[in-house]
Amino acid sequence: MGLTSNSTGIGAYDKELRIERINEDDKVIALAGNPNVGKSTIFNSLTGLNQHTGNWPGKTVTNAQGRYRYKDRNFILIDIPGTYSLMANSVEEEIARDFILFGNPDGTIIVTDATLLERNLNLVLQTLEITESVVVCVNLLDEAKRKKIHVDIDKLSKLLGVPVAGTSANIGEGMEQLMDSVYKLTDGSIKTAPFKVRYDDPVEKAVSLLEPAVGDVLCWKLNSRWVSLKLLDGDINILDSLKKYLGFDLLSNDDIVERLNEAKEILYSEGITGDNFRDRIVSAIYKECETISKQVVKFEKEKYDMTDRKIDRILTSKKYGIPVMILLLGFILWLTITGANYPSEFLASILFRIEEALNEFFISQNTPSWLRGLFVTGIYRTLAWVVSVMLPPMAIFFPLFTLLEDLGYLPRVAFNLDNFFKKACCHGKQALTMCMGFGCNAAGVVGCRIIDSPRERLIAIITNNFIPCNGRFPTLTAIITMFFAGFLTGPSKSIVSTMILTMVILLGIAMTLLISKLLSKTILKGLPSSFTLELPPYRKPQIGKIIVRSIFDRTIFVLGRAVAVAAPAGLIIWVMANVEVNGLSLLSHFSGFLDPFARLIGLDGVILMAFILGFPANEIVVPIIIMSYLSTGGLMEFENLAELRELLVSKGWSWLTAICFMIFTLIHFPCGTTCWTIKKETGSWKWTAVSILIPTITGTVICFIVASIARLLGVA
Amino acid sequence: MGGQKIPLSFLPLGRKGRVKELISDGIVRRRMLDLGLINDTEIEALQKSPSGDPVAYFVRGAVIALRSEEASKIIVELS
Repeated sequence: MGLTSNSTGIGAYDKELRIERINEDDKVIALAGNPNVGKSTIFNSLTGLNQHTGNWPGKTVTNAQGRYRYKDRNFILIDIPGTYSLMANSVEEEIARDFILFGNPDGTIIVTDATLLERNLNLVLQTLEITESVVVCVNLLDEAKRKKIHVDIDKLSKLLGVPVAGTSANIGEGMEQLMDSVYKLTDGSIKTAPFKVRYDDPVEKAVSLLEPAVGDVLCWKLNSRWVSLKLLDGDINILDSLKKYLGFDLLSNDDIVERLNEAKEILYSEGITGDNFRDRIVSAIYKECETISKQVVKFEKEKYDMTDRKIDRILTSKKYGIPVMILLLGFILWLTITGANYPSEFLASILFRIEEALNEFFISQNTPSWLRGLFVTGIYRTLAWVVSVMLPPMAIFFPLFTLLEDLGYLPRVAFNLDNFFKKACCHGKQALTMCMGFGCNAAGVVGCRIIDSPRERLIAIITNNFIPCNGRFPTLTAIITMFFAGFLTGPSKSIVSTMILTMVILLGIAMTLLISKLLSKTILKGLPSSFTLELPPYRKPQIGKIIVRSIFDRTIFVLGRAVAVAAPAGLIIWVMANVEVNGLSLLSHFSGFLDPFARLIGLDGVILMAFILGFPANEIVVPIIIMSYLSTGGLMEFENLAELRELLVSKGWSWLTAICFMIFTLIHFPCGTTCWTIKKETGSWKWTAVSILIPTITGTVICFIVASIARLLGVA
Repeated sequence: MGGQKIPLSFLPLGRKGRVKELISDGIVRRRMLDLGLINDTEIEALQKSPSGDPVAYFVRGAVIALRSEEASKIIVELS
């Protein structure tokens, strides 16, 4: 759930990367690696604050770049998506491969996991086939040490023929050596002699037949051996990429085609065709990984991952897996609700005291009352509401959620929930993008790139909005506290609030699954595609960094966006409330127009109008409601939720209004940023419209049913 | 039971096997290969998810979850 300007702003969608060099001799370094190897930690540790990134650990969904200086030189670090291989089975792998291949970096750092070196070497050896300018970074050495796994860095460097740096990026160890290796690699003082995988004789014979012709055509710009191997493989995807990059089709060259046919003859006569060729290539690479790994890695303890297995046996067990998950969700929500209460009231009382002071100031300056109204009642009050209602829950929820991410719990959520998603005919990783939606739906939508099947990706994008984002659940919390737990006191109050909020979120998850299933059976027909999910080791989170990252990267950013939208919205509302046409304010005209329909679905005109005007950011829905009520009735002062409740009740709110309001908050059109992101990600107005219509219709229908039943039963 | 060939989805929890054949093709096959599921790779069934599917397996030091659809297309020899 990356929520910085990069992942929710324009930067998130640009597949094409603009690299901003300050000096001519700035060096561009690609940062590659398997998922979950701490690549982001390396990136953050090297670039510090000089970066535009925001990603969800283990999944860099977009090429992020940052810069660092070492000795006399600037380095631009490009964080490319984490992949298992460069054989491009998904969009992410394609981005990674194309950047290493065509991005022309001055060097590539491949981050590997010291505890999983054998599998990580697969990516290393594949990269070495493409480029010679590589530094291997063996990260997570501290974790390896704890698990009593020893890696011989020097020997690995000798075997691979490229510099290898051992690091524990989370505690900042080994970074100097890594930067030094990169420096020396790029200024030419280290010459590499990369290890090359040797394939079986027939494959080698075929390659040596084809390579000279390919080399001639490519002018030796790309690694001709690697390109030859891909030609023999017949990998359509890479051939397409090559065609785009080169501007011509390699297969339009007669010499190449002739030799390719001849080479294929050789393979065919040995019984090597199709999948079999790929199998041999991968097997040969993995065999080498095994050989190298055996020479450099020593496991002192056979069962080094016992703790993880024990934890998994509880957190993903049949008996406890799902209950623990719901309890954990409830616990986080409870902390958020209880913890946010006091700072929220405190902030509100301060901000409203400032409002009084502002009012007095304007009066003392003899400013016209409309100007005072515009600034104080319009802009300032809306801002004050957004800050006091939104900031405390965000500042508590974001760090807690980041903590769960860093612990490695989220993949377990996906593991636990996968069967539900499979039954809904969608992708297992949708559970992950759904989790990202808790932070910000726009980030969740970008995150859907981790799903490679287009059909399932669309479903995940369309349904992401059923998860209430951080802009929405403070609203839910406030309503719950006012209408359903307000009469209680003490601990039971927060417990009841938590239970209701948890139920609302479970409803969101149920809707996600239901709508996904409906989509799979109707406009996005299909069967679930295959996927694999890695359950990485549990990792000790770094509390300090989590707090800094979630406050600065996420809370401030999301709040900043809300504030940026709230100020003009406050202004517009104030103007609408104060400009009169035919004796009624514009606001009353608008809300009056919506009122009959809104009443049908258990709301009122003002609420529905607030949702529509709150399209830019959901955070401002409640402030708009308050503003509208206040401007149409007598002005009153209130500093806490109890007083707000009185205001709402005086405007005709019942428990049914509160319920319908909560349902509509959970299920309605996505906010402006999310819609824009959906358009960018799907590239289609049609699917953007579907993403808007489905939740809007669903929410309206559910509200209508709830309201009608309540009225029929005469309970509201 | 050693030496018996079964689909991975039938591998009992806690038991190990060696990969002998991939029945899948195309992208599924490639993904399995990327994870290192080549001939003779040792694989252990670790843990079922709450609903029994997917199952987590231990492969080359990593824990990978596979749905039964994929696991049934990997033939292993019980060891």
